[in-house]
Amino acid sequence: MSVYEEPIFLSSGESCLVVEFADEIDRGANRRLQALRHAIEARGPRGVRELVATYRSLAIHFDPLVLEYGDVEGIVKTSLQNMGEGETGEERIVVIPVLYGGEYGPDMGNVASYTGLSVEEVVKRHTGRDCYCFMLGFMPGFPYLGGMDESIATPRLKQPRTSTPVGSIGIADKQTGGYPFDSPGGWQLIGRTPAKLYDPRKENPFLLEAGDWVRFRAIGDDEYQKIAAEEAAGTYAAEVISK
Amino acid sequence: MSIKVVKPGLFTTVQDLGRWGFQSSGVPVSGAMDPFSLRIGNALLGNAQGDAALEITVLGPEIVFGDERCVALTGADLGMKIDGIPAEPWRVYKISAGGRVSFDGVTGNGCRGCLCVSGGIGVAPVMGSRATHTRSKMGGFEGRALKAGDEVPCGENYPLWRLAEGFSCPADLRPARAPDEPILASDGPQVDAFNDEGLATFYGGTYTVSGEADRMGYRLEGPEVARSKPADILSDGICCGAVQVPGHGRPIVMMADRQTTGGYTKIAVVSLWSVAALAQRMPGESVRFQRATREECAAKLTEFEGNIARLEEFRASYRSRNQYWRWV
Repeated sequence: MSVYEEPIFLSSGESCLVVEFADEIDRGANRRLQALRHAIEARGPRGVRELVATYRSLAIHFDPLVLEYGDVEGIVKTSLQNMGEGETGEERIVVIPVLYGGEYGPDMGNVASYTGLSVEEVVKRHTGRDCYCFMLGFMPGFPYLGGMDESIATPRLKQPRTSTPVGSIGIADKQTGGYPFDSPGGWQLIGRTPAKLYDPRKENPFLLEAGDWVRFRAIGDDEYQKIAAEEAAGTYAAEVISK
Repeated sequence: MSIKVVKPGLFTTVQDLGRWGFQSSGVPVSGAMDPFSLRIGNALLGNAQGDAALEITVLGPEIVFGDERCVALTGADLGMKIDGIPAEPWRVYKISAGGRVSFDGVTGNGCRGCLCVSGGIGVAPVMGSRATHTRSKMGGFEGRALKAGDEVPCGENYPLWRLAEGFSCPADLRPARAPDEPILASDGPQVDAFNDEGLATFYGGTYTVSGEADRMGYRLEGPEVARSKPADILSDGICCGAVQVPGHGRPIVMMADRQTTGGYTKIAVVSLWSVAALAQRMPGESVRFQRATREECAAKLTEFEGNIARLEEFRASYRSRNQYWRWV
């Protein structure tokens, strides 16, 4: 497992090229591929349909009637040369309000007993460090967040739930994340956010994108209800801080 | 301006050319399983090529039209009837207000049909697309397959729509598929994870479409593909036609509703042209892969673009003649 000195090109059919930076989860590699994504988007080459970032690679979907594979390689090479060293421009921190424990965090007790920490301490550590959004996947808008305080890492539930309510915030080993939909799932649920990770009424329906930082903020029941009402009315705007 | 669903059929969904641009947010592309047939159907009617249609699977629905429309069935021949009279695929028919379209079932020539309607299916687009992704309940008609009683909205007819009545796609321009057509595939991003024996098995063996074959992926039964590296990789992007080989060694071809990321090695990528051919095969039917270069795969797409451009020209002259005969 390593981060490559130079990214490698992987053929993925007649309409997709994958640029791979590492075969492990590495924030430096992720920053570089995000920088490549921004550099290609800024050039806006004709025939490039979509750029898809994951943990360690960037997939470039292109129209083979407009571009040949070699053309796309050329675009990537030029963009790699011209982009700054892991410079992604503006990085932003999205603040996600969470009501921890109780009814909304049914597995808080599991996390506290597994880690030997008090509930207050788990909340303090979960909110204490900004997490990095490596990618979204598994379902629309589901963030894979890395960088959580490892002292609160807890294995997944032995028996996954058949339904996890929308907005649930959970822990799975060293990862943390939130559910944009009601869905089956095996994460340890420690709280719930009234903010919508996915809102189809918005032009960009997703609160988070790959490359964002996430800061969890503990809230009380009153604030939860207030934000939930604002979300229902479509007037809530999540707090975003530039890093 | 709508179609009423009397019987829904086995699995009927609204599909277009897919929801592109949001895979980074985890949104599957979805769209028609046989996009070539969808485009031909729309071209026959004089619709925009990306207009939405009803994708019909094996057993078609029974539907009643609220207003006068033209329709064309492309892809599989599913035994269409209009007001009880058999109607050919690949041909434009006019339906009167209150007219009824029904289907007898598969005729041995494919299993997915596109019922294209003049003006297109008019459900509200979600993130720029009308395609249904049932697993995430996104797009199409309430994010699900059609049910009895649904009223599916249609778009406004385009000018001259009536004049395409009777127009038929010439046989040599149809993306019709032989049941034994080899499935073209180029090397996948993790082809290095497989040894020569594994590649020989994959390209030399005969596979069968398993019972677990749906819009998301086709699991195949057949010889196990040997490998030289572990089956699991760090979750990575998946493109249409990617052939994943999990630890059990049996390939899975990722189709229209594929998830955006996955953690298995990908031995090959089926060409877009052949993904649509595979989409017409049913459980129990056989599949043989043929190794091809990316250029050979892309050449099929170029050829199709030429065909559809010719079809557009034929339709234009057909409509002109049709108009002339109405005037004299």
